[in-house]
Amino acid sequence: MPSRRVIILGGLGAAGSLVVGYAVWPSDRLARADKLAAKPGERFVNNWIKIATDGRITIVVPHCDMGTGIYTALPQMAAEELDADWSTVHVEAAPSDPLFANGPVAEQFVLSQRHMTRERIPAFLRGTIDNSFRAVAAFMDLQTTGGSSAVRGTGVYGMRLAGAAAREMLIKAAAVRWNVPSDECSTRSNRVLHASSARSFGYGELAAEAAMYSPPSNPKVKSRRDYTLVGTSVPRIDIPNKVNGTTHYGIDVVVPGMAYAAIKISPVFGGTLVSVDDSAVRHKRGIIKTVRLDDAVVVIADRFWRARDAADLLKPIFDDKGNGRVTTASMSEQRKIALYGDLKSDCKTGFGADAAQQPGRRSFEAIYQVPYLAHAPMEPVNATALYKNGTLEVWAGAQDGLGARAYCAKTANLPMEKVTFHLQPIGGAFGRSLPGQWNYLAHAVKTAMALPEIPIKLIYTREQDLQHDYYRPNVLSRMRAALDSKGVPFAWSHDYTTDNNASTLAYIPYDIPNQEYRTAQIKTHIPTGAWRSVEASWHGFFVESFIDELAHQAQADPVAYRLALLAKHPRHCEVVKTAARLANWGTPLPPRLGRGIAVFECFDSIVAHVAEVEVSSQGTLAVHRVVSAIDCGMAVHPDGVRAQIEGGVVFGLSAALFGAITIEQGAIAQSNFPEYDMVRLAQCPEIEVHIVESGAVPGGAGEPGVPPLAAALTNAVFAATGMRIRQLPLAGQSLLPAPEPLPLRRGVAVSEP
Amino acid sequence: MGVRVSVKLKVNGISHELDVEEDAPLLWVIRDEIGLKGTKFGCGIARCGACTVHVDGKPMRSCQIPAGSVQNTEIRTIEGLSAHGYTRIQQAWIDHQVPQCGYCQSGMIMAVTALLESNPAPTDDDLSTAITNICRCGTFPRIRAAIRALAQG
Repeated sequence: MPSRRVIILGGLGAAGSLVVGYAVWPSDRLARADKLAAKPGERFVNNWIKIATDGRITIVVPHCDMGTGIYTALPQMAAEELDADWSTVHVEAAPSDPLFANGPVAEQFVLSQRHMTRERIPAFLRGTIDNSFRAVAAFMDLQTTGGSSAVRGTGVYGMRLAGAAAREMLIKAAAVRWNVPSDECSTRSNRVLHASSARSFGYGELAAEAAMYSPPSNPKVKSRRDYTLVGTSVPRIDIPNKVNGTTHYGIDVVVPGMAYAAIKISPVFGGTLVSVDDSAVRHKRGIIKTVRLDDAVVVIADRFWRARDAADLLKPIFDDKGNGRVTTASMSEQRKIALYGDLKSDCKTGFGADAAQQPGRRSFEAIYQVPYLAHAPMEPVNATALYKNGTLEVWAGAQDGLGARAYCAKTANLPMEKVTFHLQPIGGAFGRSLPGQWNYLAHAVKTAMALPEIPIKLIYTREQDLQHDYYRPNVLSRMRAALDSKGVPFAWSHDYTTDNNASTLAYIPYDIPNQEYRTAQIKTHIPTGAWRSVEASWHGFFVESFIDELAHQAQADPVAYRLALLAKHPRHCEVVKTAARLANWGTPLPPRLGRGIAVFECFDSIVAHVAEVEVSSQGTLAVHRVVSAIDCGMAVHPDGVRAQIEGGVVFGLSAALFGAITIEQGAIAQSNFPEYDMVRLAQCPEIEVHIVESGAVPGGAGEPGVPPLAAALTNAVFAATGMRIRQLPLAGQSLLPAPEPLPLRRGVAVSEP
Repeated sequence: MGVRVSVKLKVNGISHELDVEEDAPLLWVIRDEIGLKGTKFGCGIARCGACTVHVDGKPMRSCQIPAGSVQNTEIRTIEGLSAHGYTRIQQAWIDHQVPQCGYCQSGMIMAVTALLESNPAPTDDDLSTAITNICRCGTFPRIRAAIRALAQG
């Protein structure tokens, strides 16, 4: 019996060197895993698969459920390789423990990304990286759910191999029992078969013995043509409990003896609490304690509404640290100055559009801007924490349970082993609860430490949630192109402001020989973070608006113009052609209607949208239809991919039509949904999603639907009206002179906020 | 000392005598006094619909309803709706694989249930007027498809 086992993830061929220090899994680890997460009769055969003696199979998912369907797609990938009977497959969240981290997988995945260097860590992971060294080791403790990475990372590099390895171990156990060579055995539907002797064992009967063997370092995975489960849209496992109210999110956690807390955070980011007089609330019913934190005041009460009402009455005094006069206008001025000032060159091929201005050639320029945006998940951020006898217990949603545990430990100045983190499903995240964006955890932990021995559930009100987010940055962009006499671009320059680093997502797929990318670094006091599709959310708008403008300059059809410049990118071409064909591109439309197209690649998937809009004579915009095509390589769960693209369209449409977070007196001007509004059923267009199967490795689905939406929409508005929208959102902008815009059916009055 | 009773509520057919202020928000009373967590907090100002319950069969946003104002009414929550398995509306939600994160769906299903009880075959215009709940995940296309299928029987 081996005393040490090679971690299954350590055997990834060339990747072996990436998991040094993590390549061996002492056998006591399985015992520890059993102790942590196995129920009676269950054994871990490797880190993500449990098989019970009754044959029940449980896939342990090292990610949180935030609604993207990965609690079905990842088990599908493992079960496919395991030849499992899908009706016996269950799913559980992995404990927030290093044993269940997907660190080596994440490393393999991150380093496999094109353009990837240590200086180019994807934005959704930046919060997890040691900034001084950008150490790859920082990935070790990672259960991150973000970057559309679950299927293409954990699934491709982890679940498939875990399933295949478990299958080989079960075969080995059966072969030993029968005393036959392993290669005479096969598997089907939770059984190992020995065909020539017509014998078989159920997986449950073999699990305990199988777990004794070293996982094979290079298990054989199926070829795609042998898939019977992956690629089918099995009913999602999480849905039944989401239609009868029994899915419990962080906000629903019940801990006996629990109190509730409401918070009032310094409205100006970075501000500190100077003083607060709580005499007016101290004696109100249920009030337990007022806690003064560095940046906030917290009221603890026996019920949430009592805590909230009391917090509303407090008038804390904060020191704004000099940021109390910042406004959106002052920041826009700062961005404009930066964009025309010293720029940092990011990437250059040939020359920029400046150098291309020669006689006989035309140049074209446009300025675009996108606003700050909040995530606004439906579940306001919250966390429950209990500090007792030097230990900390936390219940919360987070897009990285293990990282969140480490963060809570650091906040409480406790060693990891003194901290337990119970990861909860999240009522929407979209990047809100990624590493680096955990103010709600810090506030909950500090509140718990101020009143030990009582579990305290801290809930941000919607107002606090909206005003203390980590925002999609406000970005200003200057695009320039030089065109030849036929309108074909031969030079492309893109300068843009950034709160972070240059992004590879600015790079275009269009075949333009000369390209230059430069950035203007912006420093503000507004915290920014990863918002569904991250940098692609702005580059998609800039690039796909500008190429559309160039098509117009060339008096060319926007689809044909793109296709001509995408000849070297057949996958892009196929996606564009598919969306255009299914949207009846080129067929005549009634007056005031228009179609617009945009295509964008991110997270290993390519998405094209065709939006069809109508602008009434009153200047009211209605989005009738969006036709989408996605090439995500292979769709593990096609209906899940369609659902994510539909959601991406609505998310992108909410942002393009309404989304704007603005700054007044250093603070967020919007406080709740009336001012930060979003698409509802009335404004939701008919959405059709078509999957283009290219056979490439699986790409992401959660984010790629967002980036091309805004440009498809504004390109359609241009086609309908001749008006070019270069600044988002559309709400508040007049599309036509209209004294009293009347909302159309499924329409939105763009002149109203 | 006996329990002070100040508000009497009937929720899902069960009467509760509760020691809460008359102006305590119905949402939080349902969630944290009665312990039914299926009704969700979204905005607190009756704009998003996550807290929708039925009061005498009418869809109401419970975050803005004082508990004392709905005494002597029949209140129904998602748990009451689900007492005997999935309703045909919930089944349609499963058939059309509607939810993503699922957080808004209790309120959405309560709103749609109330609509279909009074208007079994709503037009798209009826839907747009009646269903104003926010779903941040963007499940509206499937919600519309599920309701269209229900309207056709």
